[in-house]
Amino acid sequence: MTEKTIIRPYGDTTGDGMVQMSFTLPVPHDKVSEGAALQLAAKMGMDPALLVHAKAMGPDYSFFIVYGQVNHLVDLSAVQVVEREFPLLSAKEVNTAIKRRLRRKLVVLGACIGTDAHTVGIDAILNIKGFAGEKGLEYYREIKVVNLGAQVLVPELVAAARAEKADAVLVSQVVTQRDAHLTNTREMSAAFREAYPSARTPLLVVGGPRFDASATADLGVDRIFGRGTTPGEVASYLVHALTSRSDG
Amino acid sequence: VSTTRHPRKLALDPAVVRRARTLARQAGRPIVALARTHTTVSVERAVLRLAGVSGADPDGIALPVWDALLTGGHSDLTELAQKAATGGVEFRIPEGRDAARATRAASRQVGAGIRTIDRRRQERERMIRRIGDAPRTPWIYLIVATGDIYEDIPQAQAAAREGADVIAVIRSTGQSLLDYVPEGATREGYAGAYATQENFRLMRAALDDVSRELGRYVRLTNYASGLCMPEIATLAGLERLDMMLNDSMYGILFRDINPVRTFVDQRFSRQIHARAGIIINTGEDNYLTTADAVDEAHTVTVSQLLNEFFAKEAGLENWQLGLGHAFEINPEVPDSFRLELAHALLARQLFPDAPLKWMPPTKHMTGDVFRGYLLDGFFNLVGALTGQGILLVGMMTEAVVTPFLSDRDLALQNVRYVLDAAGKLHEDFHPAPNGFINRRANQVLGEAVDLLERITAEPGDTALLSAIADGTFGLMKRPADAGKGFDGVVEHAPGYVNPATDILEGGKPR
Repeated sequence: MTEKTIIRPYGDTTGDGMVQMSFTLPVPHDKVSEGAALQLAAKMGMDPALLVHAKAMGPDYSFFIVYGQVNHLVDLSAVQVVEREFPLLSAKEVNTAIKRRLRRKLVVLGACIGTDAHTVGIDAILNIKGFAGEKGLEYYREIKVVNLGAQVLVPELVAAARAEKADAVLVSQVVTQRDAHLTNTREMSAAFREAYPSARTPLLVVGGPRFDASATADLGVDRIFGRGTTPGEVASYLVHALTSRSDG
Repeated sequence: VSTTRHPRKLALDPAVVRRARTLARQAGRPIVALARTHTTVSVERAVLRLAGVSGADPDGIALPVWDALLTGGHSDLTELAQKAATGGVEFRIPEGRDAARATRAASRQVGAGIRTIDRRRQERERMIRRIGDAPRTPWIYLIVATGDIYEDIPQAQAAAREGADVIAVIRSTGQSLLDYVPEGATREGYAGAYATQENFRLMRAALDDVSRELGRYVRLTNYASGLCMPEIATLAGLERLDMMLNDSMYGILFRDINPVRTFVDQRFSRQIHARAGIIINTGEDNYLTTADAVDEAHTVTVSQLLNEFFAKEAGLENWQLGLGHAFEINPEVPDSFRLELAHALLARQLFPDAPLKWMPPTKHMTGDVFRGYLLDGFFNLVGALTGQGILLVGMMTEAVVTPFLSDRDLALQNVRYVLDAAGKLHEDFHPAPNGFINRRANQVLGEAVDLLERITAEPGDTALLSAIADGTFGLMKRPADAGKGFDGVVEHAPGYVNPATDILEGGKPR
């Protein structure tokens, strides 16, 4: 059997194309607003659309839940994703690889930069406690972790990277208002390019729930990690990137 | 909040509870001594604000400022501040009769500011009498966070109409590290609006309008934290804010602000809050967002005990202690709901007269909004079952987006359903004397006492500072001579006068 490449959403029967959607319209709840909700659903490709719930939210807004069939087809062969370019290693394998290839501890510097105060991402990767059942990088015997915490200024980060002779700099960005995460990341990578001779910059890695993993060139960083990344993935990547770097 | 004492549901050993409080006092006392002998640039600026200065950021200290005012022929403090900012004023430390004159002038003007705070407090009490108060506890606490005060206002009013008893205006994330308070109404902020006197005034006026419309006084919350904590507390008192986030160690641990700076600023801001009748909210929920909510549950208890000590020492009363805690246990952990109940009941029973602040799940909100909605429902149920005073409404879109209008409406439906359906269930809820909940609560209390023993056994005169430097809290190491704002800490010189502290500690005039 050849693999299916054209699919549709699944409600309770293959090929039924059923989806659910909820949204708010800035109009009072009445017959007109319900008609408007169905019109929106139709324009979004839901046909037939079933308005299963409508409720006034204050005098000026209405909330709707719509179930319906979408007429779109999804072509799996046209989907583009950033595939993991490195093998996943266990903590032991990571330690062994560092010992054998670097012959010293791998130094990782972590921070939240700009005004971002949300350390949850960087802490999940770095703290011993870790994330999703995996211990953080502090747990790895051959990795030295320096976590600068929240609201670190870019010059401070660069200075710390020099002082610690960091092999990799991990930056986490959660706040995305006005694209602060992109602005901050570009500022950070520019500062490192300025402060280090080319090809000597530490590995620059950013993570956060709202990054596009394929934007590395645009942001001037080596790797971008998204939602759900585990410490093991980051450690495996660091080993892959740093040891292949020292080879070349 | 409610002044009724909550019935005891846990079998806690009173001797262990007493021991925990004794240790917290032992850990806290040297810190208070430190705070009494130091001042900071922000405390001094707060004093000048009480005296009516606005729109400037001088490094002023009270006595030399009033000395310059009396001897330099300046028309008022603001003019002096403006001249000082351009370098046109020479300050000296007055002595003898000049010092006495400067002290009297300073006390008079600062006293006027404190009387304004007193009037604001009376105004609040009068409005609550005339308009009415929140209909029940827990008070429903909702957040607005557009970053634009003119967008925040209609959102806050809408939230009040939908049932919020307390509105918190989230602050721009950068503000904690600004060493000055911005001026005027602001429309630009990252993930929140700047705390400014004008923003405070605008929002309080808008909530006064909606309070009259709804027949219940809607409270306003902001953040007395970061490098300008004492000034922001002062502005909150002057503009009749009702609650302020004000944790004794948050800035140290999570913002890397110098520990001494924080404790000095803390004490002054809490004295202002005490005077202004403001309810403080402490930040214990933050520990559980970085550390594990089961393994580190006792750090919440320790922090609550320290916050209670520092608050009482600064003159706050039980009804003003919105001690924080949170529903952050991984829902995959077996019996997670029973553990949450045990922790929440422990806080309730340790602080029977305080309006505890109950914070919703954030760490285990995965983006699955449907599961998150259920988790928030269970969070609300713990709130109802354990008599929490202030309930921050959980959003199923936590960690996804800034909540949609519909998310907030759905979240409030969740709260209302649980409170209507099970709000009095606490009357029937009595955990078995030797059951899981009782055992767990006692275990956490025991671990809290152990940790306090370790803290007070640290070397040095200020064991708590050593403990903070060692990374005892949240694994973050914060030495007493490092961190942001350290250069703004000064030990009192002989003859140092702080007219505000003198009045606040003397207790007059009310």
